Parts: sequence; structure tokens; C-alpha cells
Amino acid sequence: MLKNYEELSEMHIDVLREIGNIGAGNAATALATILDEKVEISLPVVKITDFDTAVRALGGAESMTVGVLVSFFGEANGMIMFLLKMEDAKKVMSILLRDYEEEDEDAEEISEMKLSAIREIGNILGSSYINSIATLTGLQINLTVPYIAIDMAGALMSVPIIEFGAVGDKIMFIEEVFSGSENNLRSNVIMFAQIDTLKLIMERLGLEI
Amino acid sequence: MSQTLVIGISDYAVSQKPNILVTYALGSCVGICLYDSKLQIGGLSHIMLPDSGQFSHQEINRMKFADTAIVDMVKEMRALGCDLRRITAKIAGGARMFQVQPGSQIGSIGDRNVDSVKQILSSLHIPILAEETRKNYGRTVYFDLGTGVMKVHSLNKKIAEV
Repeated sequence: MLKNYEELSEMHIDVLREIGNIGAGNAATALATILDEKVEISLPVVKITDFDTAVRALGGAESMTVGVLVSFFGEANGMIMFLLKMEDAKKVMSILLRDYEEEDEDAEEISEMKLSAIREIGNILGSSYINSIATLTGLQINLTVPYIAIDMAGALMSVPIIEFGAVGDKIMFIEEVFSGSENNLRSNVIMFAQIDTLKLIMERLGLEI
Repeated sequence: MSQTLVIGISDYAVSQKPNILVTYALGSCVGICLYDSKLQIGGLSHIMLPDSGQFSHQEINRMKFADTAIVDMVKEMRALGCDLRRITAKIAGGARMFQVQPGSQIGSIGDRNVDSVKQILSSLHIPILAEETRKNYGRTVYFDLGTGVMKVHSLNKKIAEV
């Protein structure tokens, strides 16, 4: 009986990795449409890892990070969080809003317009993953509106961990590099699914659990 | 020689002067500093969840929950000679990191963590001398066992020393 992420077998992790790959592919397509430029995506690295390792990959617990959080519910329940280092977030904002006048590059405050642009990107990427799960499994999954925060990486990442604290201390951590014509962006997605949801996904895909 | 001990998430440590205890990036988690000023012995705990009660049927990490972590940390301090009547507390964290719709479950855990920590400290008759809690930002806590000062650092550059 599967109780937490630690008990997933190599085969289960392969399935999650494949879901991650398909999700990342969808995300790259969506990004290319929005940014109006060719976007290539590296093969995402999908890991089941502990909190500290994931935080280190983001540059340490205190590094300034943009997080976009989407909850999913329905036949599958969990949270997905899209994380971008501040420097990468600024690149995304400048590409998205390149036709707008730039008021002050070094402004401490990030304008509502920029925040909303990043929130939308996070939303699209999050939805891409959930779509890949829904498509593969036929499960009915709904999404909440996206929430955004800019703060310490560790403080942001603790939010889904706390919500699903009973599932164990491991998380599914996906790292991918999006390459556009001029910029490379490294982004991370962490996904938390309720253990029942994980079981259901595996069952629907015909795997013993 | 002063040593800096790093406390991870769902972890705690007890030490003595001149060491410094630090825990990084508390979001809705709560950091609890306990101190016996006479012996200059103290502890710092980084809890994630308010109450171990609903998980009692399974094996738990006692350092993850406010109720079990505080009790264990006090026990460890008393084993080093601290007098419960002298132990005082300073707490930080319990933020609401995402501004979610009212009524949503997601935002409330920080508040519940702070409430639970206060209730447990009060049941042990441990006074709270200072707190830097709730609101909407992450915090790093430095606890100096030489002075009992808790320094709270956040990204918007406000540093509070209490």
C-alpha cells in the first residue's frame, strides 16, 4: 500500500517523469505562442527529492524567487508551483512587455502589469502539466486561479509541502531550460499530489501500486 | 569560538553560549526560540504543522509539529539543567505567503501554526517575550545564545532585533 513518495518504485518515477516531459512540451508550445518566438525546451529533469536539495537547486533558501501557485482539484487533488529565480523572471517580463515603455529598470517595486504577466506564464505552465495528466489518464481535473508571491525560495516552497505534509517529506521537482532566440530561462516546477491521486494516476495508466 | 548551527525544516537544536542558532526562510512555518538566561542555554525549533494529533496513528517526525517539538525541546533543555520557571520564548514566522481568496484553506496554516505555538507555550507557562509573526513575507531567524536576542531578517530588508 503506497503511503508516501518515498515508496514509489523506479517505474512509478519513470511515469511521473514522462508526465513531466509531456507537460514541459505543452508548456514550450504555449510559451512560443505567447512570446511569439521559437522556444525550445531541454529534456526536463524530474526528480523525487527532499526539500533541502530542491531549495539548493533554486540558489538557496533565501534567494529571491517568484512563485506561482495553482491548486488542482476534482478527481485529482494537489498543488503545482512554478518557480523562477528573480533574474530569470525579469527576463521573462522584459520579453513579454517589450513593446511597453520601461519606466525604471531598477525599480524595487514590480509593477502590477509585470506581476500579472508572470502570473499568466506560471498559470500556463502549471496548466500544461495538469493537462498532460488529464489527457493521459482521462481524469477530470479543475484548476484554481493562480496566486503569485515574490519572496525567499524556501518560504515559498514550504507552502505546498505544508499543505501536503502528511504525504511525506519528498517532493516531485522538475527542472527545465527554455531556450528562446536570445535568452535561456531556467525554471522549476514542483508538484504535489495527494497520495490517493498518485495511486489513481498509476492505476489509470495500468500500473500496479 | 562561536559556532553557527543551522536548523532545517522540521528540525530543532539545543545549544549554549556563545553559539548562534539559525533557521532560514520561514514561510508559514514558525520558529520558536526558547532561552534560559541564567545558564545561557537555548533552543530553536522550526515547525511546519500545528498539531500531531491527526497523525498519531502513524510514525511521525516529532520535530515537524508544534505540540511535540516544543515539549521535546523543553525536555532536552531541562536535561541540561534549565529550570522551566526561567525559560522564556520568542517566536517568528507563520506568514500567509500567497494572498488567496478569502475562505480558502491554503492561506490559514500560518495563523494556525502561530495559534498552536502560543497555546502550547502558555500551557507550559512559558512567557512569550517577543514575536514577529503572521503578515505576508518569509523570515530568517538568528538566535544568539550569548544574549538571547532573536534577529529576524526578511527580503524587504527590514531587520528586527528583539
